[in-house]
Amino acid sequence: MADVVSIPIVKKKLAGYVGFHNLPNQVHRKSVKKGFQFTLMVVGESGLGKSTLVNTLFNTSLYPNKENKEPTHESPKTVEIQTISADIEENGVKLKLTVIDTPGFGDFVNNEESWRPILENIEARYDAYLEQENRVNRKRIVDTRVHACLYFIAPTGHSLKPLDIEFMKQLAGRVNLIPVIAKSDTLTEDEIKAFKARILEDIAYNKIQIYQPPMYDNDDPETVQENKDIISRIPFAIVGSDKEVDVGGKKVRGRKYPWGVIEVDNEDHCDFVKLRQMLVRTHMEELKEYTNEVLYESYRISKLARGGYEVSSDGSALNPLSKFEEEKLAHEQKMAKMEAEMKAVFQQKVAEKEAKLKQSEEELYARHREMKEQLEKQRLELEEKKRRLESGRPGTPEKGKKNKGLFK
Amino acid sequence: MASPVPPSAVDAPKKVTLTGYVGFDTITQQIERKLLKRGFAFNVMVVGRSGMGKSTLVNTLFAAHLKDSNAPKRADTFRQTVDIQSISHVIEENGVKLKLTITDTPGYGDQVNNDNCWDPIIKYIKEQYSAYLRKELTPAREKRIPDTRIHAVLFFIAPTGHALTPLDITVMKKISEVANVIPVIAKADSLTMEERTAFKRRIKEEIEFHGIRCYPYIDIEEDVILSDTDRVERQTVQMIRDMIPFAIVGSERNVVIDGKAVRGRRTRWGIIDVENESHCEFVHLRNFLTRSHLQDMIETTASVHYEAFRTKQLVALKESTSQMGSYRSGPDTSSMTASQVSAA
Repeated sequence: MADVVSIPIVKKKLAGYVGFHNLPNQVHRKSVKKGFQFTLMVVGESGLGKSTLVNTLFNTSLYPNKENKEPTHESPKTVEIQTISADIEENGVKLKLTVIDTPGFGDFVNNEESWRPILENIEARYDAYLEQENRVNRKRIVDTRVHACLYFIAPTGHSLKPLDIEFMKQLAGRVNLIPVIAKSDTLTEDEIKAFKARILEDIAYNKIQIYQPPMYDNDDPETVQENKDIISRIPFAIVGSDKEVDVGGKKVRGRKYPWGVIEVDNEDHCDFVKLRQMLVRTHMEELKEYTNEVLYESYRISKLARGGYEVSSDGSALNPLSKFEEEKLAHEQKMAKMEAEMKAVFQQKVAEKEAKLKQSEEELYARHREMKEQLEKQRLELEEKKRRLESGRPGTPEKGKKNKGLFK
Repeated sequence: MASPVPPSAVDAPKKVTLTGYVGFDTITQQIERKLLKRGFAFNVMVVGRSGMGKSTLVNTLFAAHLKDSNAPKRADTFRQTVDIQSISHVIEENGVKLKLTITDTPGYGDQVNNDNCWDPIIKYIKEQYSAYLRKELTPAREKRIPDTRIHAVLFFIAPTGHALTPLDITVMKKISEVANVIPVIAKADSLTMEERTAFKRRIKEEIEFHGIRCYPYIDIEEDVILSDTDRVERQTVQMIRDMIPFAIVGSERNVVIDGKAVRGRRTRWGIIDVENESHCEFVHLRNFLTRSHLQDMIETTASVHYEAFRTKQLVALKESTSQMGSYRSGPDTSSMTASQVSAA
């Protein structure tokens, strides 16, 4: 391979107006026309407010209120995966939002392997994308990969549970994991601080890679500060509410208690605003990029290193030569197999024919013997009759006639 | 043998009016003096997942720092089985001594696989009964057998707002068969008032559906003629049953509300007063537990749960001894010594 010649970059000043500063606008117009997609997964025990948070984040009632079912003796046995899609629009920008819910996670007496259906779902989506990428016609690729996974931590105030740690360990390498403290209105400020510190400690101790918003050097200081702010608040202590309450005459989204009202959109009360900022306003594209460039690539590498995949038919080799070798080998193998097969078939046919001939031979012998016996029998009968005639027995005229018939 | 007493003389004792003051009404004071000297013993067990505020609630209930939280200190110290830890304190109020034993169950419901995590708890409760039974059956037994039987089990339900988890249902059912179970909704400050009522209603439905018998028990005798006191008592019991499960908030720290220092929790959007009835039902639980039904719980444990256990044990013991003296171990007879076998 030839060395890459480093082309010196010369900074030139423009003499006049060219107009390529309009490029971002063109990109903008194109992307707006194409529309955006975002897939979010929410995981956590039931009752932690996952559906409410999703509704609060996107200001729509994506999830209807959970109906209270009658108490029954049956309970679901495995973790389900439920997907809801919605097309929402804001200022002419269309977003196809997909939310994946995981009811049943952590709700059973025995929760071992409850992360497995979730991991399998994420990997299946990667597989689907991989297959689409390898197709001949790649015009319509639908991206169903999970871009972010919100993991809901119960507000115990102590530490992470073994189930939390196990889940995060299993999924951190495959999806952007964002831990959030659910129903954090149950904790006071000090408790939240201590809890967050403890959670980060536990995460570091178990070497779990949660999503880190990237810091760029060439951003303006405002953005850098914002980024720092967001990073410092992870895990986000959130409260969700899709109902409005009255506070001092205004209607705000919040929860009303006898001792006060907690406002969801108030930064002092909870970290919801920061989470929404990160998820929707500033880092949505980052999350998608990270999913595509890092997580998806690492999955792809590990999958292809395992030696092709059973799903698709073409085994993508690393270079054409080895592919040729492979094919030749495969062809030769096929030929050898066919030869062996044909030989076997031939042998079989020969054996069959032999058996048939033997059988007919036997049959002929049998018939021959039979006929011989019959002839013998007839001869004996005739001799008997002859004797009788000669011995002068009074024979009936019919008998004589019969005899006559025999001699014909 | 004496002639049989005519039946009319045995039933319905005649009411006789006294002509002067005798003084046997002081028997209540005599009993009180005796009991004050003796002191009382009350054993509580708290069952619930970690982080529900069990230790905080116990400390709040008895207004003293009785136990520390059992949270795992470092990231790797996760328990593999359920521990049973008891601590005892003697607290005194107005000359009345109460020996309070609190049994905690750290590790319950915290593992990934919680199958049979209730076994150590049930075993512990039964062990206390069997220790008491053993002491009762000894030929030379002590005057006052120290009572280590669990009188009340506070079962903490997580404030999800949806329904009981399968683990909760299984464990509540098992424990309610051997001890008094009082369900409470932990950290109730995460539920608004409407959510709280809906949650309570749902829990009550589930408890009834699965046949879990919670304390206080309603006596099913319908044909007994109730006196006034009985009727009032039954009303209070019914009121308490309507309030179950208690939605509680616990706090050991004091906050200042209107100039007074009360126990509560301070957040940026409000202050929760633990003793305020409109904020949470802590006051009701405390009154129920300590002011009105303390003695009743001790008695119910002795007369209902312990008796049931005792009957089962002695029947099993009789069966095993009637098998030609062969010492076949039936249920829990392994805790009996040989002297019990021959004494029964």
